[in-house]
Amino acid sequence: MFAFGIPRSGSSTFGLSTSRDFFQIPPVTVPTVGTVTVVAILLVVLAVVAHLFVDRGATGKVPLWLAAVFAVLFLFLFLTWAAAGLRSVPIPGLLIGSLALATPLIFGSLGGVIGERAGVVNVAIEGQLLFGAFSAAVVGSATHQPLVGLLAAVVGGVLVSWVLAAFAIKYLVDQVIIGVVLNVLVTGLTNFLYSKVLVADPALNSTHRFPRMPIPLLSDIPIIGPVLFQQTIITYLMYVAVFLTWYMLFKTRWGLRVRAVGEHPQAADTVGIKVQRTRFWTVSIAGAVAGIGGAYYTLDAVSSFGKEMTNGAGFIALAAVIFGGWHPIKAALAGLLFGFATNLQSTLGIIGSPVPSEFLLMLPYVITIFAVAGLVGQSRSPAADGKPYIT
Amino acid sequence: MSAQPPSGSAGALPAEPGRAPSAEPGREAPAANRILREIFSGGAVVTVLAVVLALLIAGVLIAATDSGVQAAFGYFFAQPGDSFLAIGNAVGGAYSSLFQGSIYNFMRPGFLNGIKPLTETLTFATPLIVAGLGVALAFRVGMFNIGGRGQILIAAAVAGWISWSFPMPFFIHALVATIGAIVGGALWGGIAGLLKARTGAHEVIVTIMLNYVAFYLISFMLRTPGALQSAGSNNPKSPAALPTAVYPKLSDLITLFGGGPTTFRVNAGFIIAILATIFVWYIVNRSSLGFRFRAVGENPRAARVAGINVNMVYILAMVLSGGLVGLAGADQVLGSTPSGFSSGVDAGIGFDAITVALLGRSRPWGVFFSGLLFGALKAGSYTMQASEQIPIDIVLVVQSVIVLLIAAPPLVRTVFHLPKPGIQPRTRRTAGVVTK
Repeated sequence: MFAFGIPRSGSSTFGLSTSRDFFQIPPVTVPTVGTVTVVAILLVVLAVVAHLFVDRGATGKVPLWLAAVFAVLFLFLFLTWAAAGLRSVPIPGLLIGSLALATPLIFGSLGGVIGERAGVVNVAIEGQLLFGAFSAAVVGSATHQPLVGLLAAVVGGVLVSWVLAAFAIKYLVDQVIIGVVLNVLVTGLTNFLYSKVLVADPALNSTHRFPRMPIPLLSDIPIIGPVLFQQTIITYLMYVAVFLTWYMLFKTRWGLRVRAVGEHPQAADTVGIKVQRTRFWTVSIAGAVAGIGGAYYTLDAVSSFGKEMTNGAGFIALAAVIFGGWHPIKAALAGLLFGFATNLQSTLGIIGSPVPSEFLLMLPYVITIFAVAGLVGQSRSPAADGKPYIT
Repeated sequence: MSAQPPSGSAGALPAEPGRAPSAEPGREAPAANRILREIFSGGAVVTVLAVVLALLIAGVLIAATDSGVQAAFGYFFAQPGDSFLAIGNAVGGAYSSLFQGSIYNFMRPGFLNGIKPLTETLTFATPLIVAGLGVALAFRVGMFNIGGRGQILIAAAVAGWISWSFPMPFFIHALVATIGAIVGGALWGGIAGLLKARTGAHEVIVTIMLNYVAFYLISFMLRTPGALQSAGSNNPKSPAALPTAVYPKLSDLITLFGGGPTTFRVNAGFIIAILATIFVWYIVNRSSLGFRFRAVGENPRAARVAGINVNMVYILAMVLSGGLVGLAGADQVLGSTPSGFSSGVDAGIGFDAITVALLGRSRPWGVFFSGLLFGALKAGSYTMQASEQIPIDIVLVVQSVIVLLIAAPPLVRTVFHLPKPGIQPRTRRTAGVVTK
């Protein structure tokens, strides 16, 4: 924060459209010092408003829109400061890249939210993503059908979560331990099969990627059109999944049962909900969702599987679950934020900004530590999260 | 995740073998029967069977991916014998090279050459043991230290920095650098303990996140001249340690006492690992601090009522745990690879340590021997890769399957049709020995 005190003269330029866009918008150039000052003042005002909400508001919570506006303004401030006097910041490219990086994170975090709402801690998101990516690559390559590959990714994610569910629910082994060990198992298994099978037979490791499917009209909206509506089917599935997860968890009888099982399994059992069964199937669904996120790697981003290609995304997804307060929409927004932070470092690297990329990459993890320590907002997990239910 | 330590929620291993099935006077089974029962239902048998089962599963993987086996299965119905021969060749070859790479190589002349693989095992086992001890110590307090990676990275950075920037006399230099590593690891682990004690932040999340913070921090410093980067180099790699800071090789000691010259890589780090095991054993089993640790691990609320400062115990446990894990970082930069390190210096030891601690059931000597076992798997896997083209990643599979199986003894018992432990019902018992 104090780093912004360092004066940076000149101006910052933002490119707002690419040459292929329907509407062409000229790049916007703003004077750096003035903009930074104005935005900083706005941020302070927002912080005061947030404080008032906490003090006087009925819920005692900062509303989501306020947090979102704050985050966006803060990022704008950061960009203006970081890009001063350099080449223009390609905003659409930055956002498209962020959404791309955020896609597996959001699927992973949805998987985490669903499982943990039912009371099963999922540290194995990384393993589910990785195994989803692997099965999508192999099956997608063998059948030359990306859709079949996507289905295989779902199955892969479910398989991993079945191991998690079996050990956590039937054998009552500590869920964090299973999660950690499952990550090692999936890493070992996919590395082994990659080196032994895929390297020997490259035909098993080259998928047809999903094509980009621009949505008519919507994709012509300036800035957000190319970002949101010129994507592959996996990204569109993600929009649906976020909404559906929220709707299913909070608006249906099934969701109420899942949440009851995660908050107070004994009470749920008393009213006739089958706790173990509910947990098992909920964790399976969670694995399926995370598996789709894995498919992103091998059916959307690139067309082949690589060793440990998820590269810790599962842990960022876990961070998004916690930072998002175990809420699907907030977790998705957290995933977006983390995707943005990850993509920002490469963009800043391209335009030659002096900010060391490592600190931006560190950001999601630092934010999460602050979040669990209660310094940024409150994060409260489902009450029976991680506790096996013993009848 | 809740702020609750995982102690009350952990898995369902039976109690320690020592006090498992006895303690029911009156209607005891005949003595011989009881002893058999104890042997078969106790932890030791489950552990051995878990290892056997994991090796079997890995054997299936090896056989299924072996080109010879696949070719033989092509004409399975014409000559089924060939398929089994091919399976035997693939799996037998793999495990015999695993043995020759980790225990004794019969191909080499003379005992000192033949035993070299065993010393390689000790070399690989050293960081696993010390890091495993750290994780195990946290388990005993009911805490998960998943931050081994971060603690090793920070410890390696501190030890490395001392090892090349401050010339000191022999021995003292190594000692100071090792202490630096302990302090570095302890600080990084202590953050998680402090946050748990002060704010209730779950240490699992904090340690996972700190792993990545450490990784990016060290990556940044390794490419920044004047921080950790080797002078005059563009690679993200540190300078080599000064010779005074490097752990002496144990073979030098052998030569000192009149033995022949050898090429063993095993170094004084292994002695440190033995000392650390004794230290942890003393702390946990014989000191009042260890009593408080175990009391908090069994039941933090009861411990609080009994007047134990639970928050202080959390902090101390994570500091000690991080310090022990930090020793593994010291071993990496001062022992096995003193020629400078990159951001991959942790070599996955942080996560391996968790499996080591679980297999060792969080007991100091258990950790010591499970560290040796995994060290042997690691050492042997390189031979296996070189001679049989089996990727070393198979070790990760074996390791994780072993841990999954020992974490769920009922599963192993079902597979092998072993009797259930004990006579009294223990369904209500929820405290997990895995974490104790």
